[in-house]
Amino acid sequence: MANMAQAIRMALNYAEKNYELKDIFGQDVGAPLGGVFTATQGLKTTWNSTLDERGIIGMAMGIAMAGDRCVAEIQFADYIFNTIDLLKIAGNTLWCTNGQYNLPMTVMTPVGAGIRGSVYHSHSFDAWASRLAGWKVVMPSTPLDAYGLLLSCIKDPNPCMFLKPKALMRVRGEELIPGEPADEKELKTRIDAPIGDRKNWKANWPNAEEYLIPFGKGKITRQGEQITVVSYGRHLLVCNEVADQLAQNGYSVEVIDLRSIYPYDWQMIKSSVEKTGRVLFVNEDTEVTNFGEHLAYRATTELFYHLQAPPRVLAGKNVPGIGLHPHLEDSSVPQKHEIAILIQQICAEVP
Amino acid sequence: MAQKKTQKKATAKPSSSNSSSSFGGLDKKILLQMHSHMVKSRVLEERLIKIYRAGESYFWIGGPGEEAWGVPLGMLGRIGHGPGNDFYHLHYRCTPTLIAIGLEMVDSIRLTMNRATDPSTGGRNFSNHYVFPKWNVAPVTSPLEIQYPIACGTAHAQKRFGKKAISIVTGGDAGTAEGDFASALILASRRGQELPLLITVQNNKWGISTSYDGQHGEDEIADRARAFNIKSRVINGNDPVESYLTLKEDMEYIRKTGKPAFIEAHVSRLYGHSSASGANPVQGEVDPVMEFEKRLLKANLLTATDAKSIWENFEAEGVRAAEIARAEMVPSADSVWDHTYVDNENADWRKF
Ligand SMILES: Cc1ncc(C[n+]2csc(CCOP(=O)(O)OP(=O)(O)O)c2C)c(N)n1
Repeated sequence: MANMAQAIRMALNYAEKNYELKDIFGQDVGAPLGGVFTATQGLKTTWNSTLDERGIIGMAMGIAMAGDRCVAEIQFADYIFNTIDLLKIAGNTLWCTNGQYNLPMTVMTPVGAGIRGSVYHSHSFDAWASRLAGWKVVMPSTPLDAYGLLLSCIKDPNPCMFLKPKALMRVRGEELIPGEPADEKELKTRIDAPIGDRKNWKANWPNAEEYLIPFGKGKITRQGEQITVVSYGRHLLVCNEVADQLAQNGYSVEVIDLRSIYPYDWQMIKSSVEKTGRVLFVNEDTEVTNFGEHLAYRATTELFYHLQAPPRVLAGKNVPGIGLHPHLEDSSVPQKHEIAILIQQICAEVP
Repeated sequence: MAQKKTQKKATAKPSSSNSSSSFGGLDKKILLQMHSHMVKSRVLEERLIKIYRAGESYFWIGGPGEEAWGVPLGMLGRIGHGPGNDFYHLHYRCTPTLIAIGLEMVDSIRLTMNRATDPSTGGRNFSNHYVFPKWNVAPVTSPLEIQYPIACGTAHAQKRFGKKAISIVTGGDAGTAEGDFASALILASRRGQELPLLITVQNNKWGISTSYDGQHGEDEIADRARAFNIKSRVINGNDPVESYLTLKEDMEYIRKTGKPAFIEAHVSRLYGHSSASGANPVQGEVDPVMEFEKRLLKANLLTATDAKSIWENFEAEGVRAAEIARAEMVPSADSVWDHTYVDNENADWRKF
């Protein structure tokens, strides 16, 4: 099975061949490195940008304005913050021009903690991104979803933000990407750049097929009756694990992988919560003005009479940074045991 | 500094129809066309100010004082849609350029009066915040300087397209303090990856109320481009002939070499910054339209009677255009969600 970095690479290769993707660029995105997480190795249209995030986003907007499709990378989401007004403008360009200039651009950036990245390699961006009107924002939890969501982003005529959970870049999935060789080793030899001299290396791309995950479509990853847990990205996998553990103690936890942060699958959340009467939103962005709060607000106001307990949000602590020492990181972002305890508490509540 | 010595004035071959060397050999037809566009732009801007004063618009900002620079800039581009034509990334003093490209007065007034019929923004944005995809006029945005790196993107696409089209970017002097200005100098000048980009600054010596001297340590803004080996010069942007000849030469240079060029044009700001500072005429600055008209009259290229009727005709057109716009529809309240996404795909979370 491909890992997420390989899945992203395969999607980019597919888009180069089939969607007229003309530029994949960012810091160290081109040869020889192919991205700090190797997600852009071996591709035809990659190039190294200057070390200038505003330059990257500005250029992406210009390329899109001229009608070409591009994928621009910000090396770590921690460094995207100085582009926030450009992101706002990319999101409002179609609106401000009364529908005249659309920007078919994708920005991808690694997000979140989980690799002991300390203060400036651990930031989340999902809550911030959810406030960028005019953008579509996605965050995969598996390689196959990464493939399908990235293709949807590149194909879409609007600006799209593809948030890559950096801790999942080397994690393998359980489902093959359509056209992916079944043998992991074969895939590796075909599309992973060799260590050392890469001058003469060329990827031998498998014939991957089109696979699109529509925006605003979540996925139920665990069926359950007692409580709904909504998450995405790295924490989705943690929630799955917790659900499996708790199942051994008789809990029935439904887990929804939102996948798409905006637009989002309200209908899936709604029908699940109408069934379970309890809901917990889990993500690792900081907790004040968190995207989960928006969903919890909505659950409270629209599903109030179906609820057995108040909707809850478990998110990153509202601290200035994620400290390097594991004690600091682990007490800043939601941990497995915290999720498990909270689920049990919510399930124990009676109106 | 050594490079500054090589800075020379643009020249054109003398043409038969115009004997006066003070016009750089430019054809009478071009000179009169420039004059006409300059007057039209001025009359239009003054109409916009009147509309603001009458309480029919919320805000005015615009380009009186930049006609001698902006008009040739619009006249010289390869106008059309798509990467085979030139891209214009302009700031909010660009009416002269738009007039030269073909803007109708009524469409500028529709924008100022936020009419639904405003072809640029449908009543969503300020005066002079034009956008015309049919002419590759990129959206004018309020955030200063962001147009510079965006212009690098269109130039990159144009270079790939291979039809020798260029991108043109304009902005004020104070805005060059933003990092985006430096971003563009760097992106446009990387060795072997140069971009076909005309980078320009209209230096009116002010940023709202902050004087030039309060913001700059460099002798000339153009020096900053020189540091990146960009062909760079400073011109009197209040002289349409100098502007025309310089722009023509530099645009040809960019098309030929695929490399960027930089022009710092010294211009006037004749009605202050915007309506926020009163939009009153200022004294002591060169009026490029009147100066040019005087030169044309003196050289007998224009008669006083013709000049008078040019002003009067545009004045009448402005009055008519305002009447048309006044009677038109304004945007409806329920259109706020329109064009959040392409094809009006729903973006309202209440309907997810
Ligand atoms: C990024 C940004 N900061 C501040 C402003 C507010 N503002 C509007 S115009 C202006 C001054 C601009 O001066 P200059 O660049 O010299 O252009 P000019 O208006 O003189 O043509 C300022 C500060 C803005 N529009 N954008």
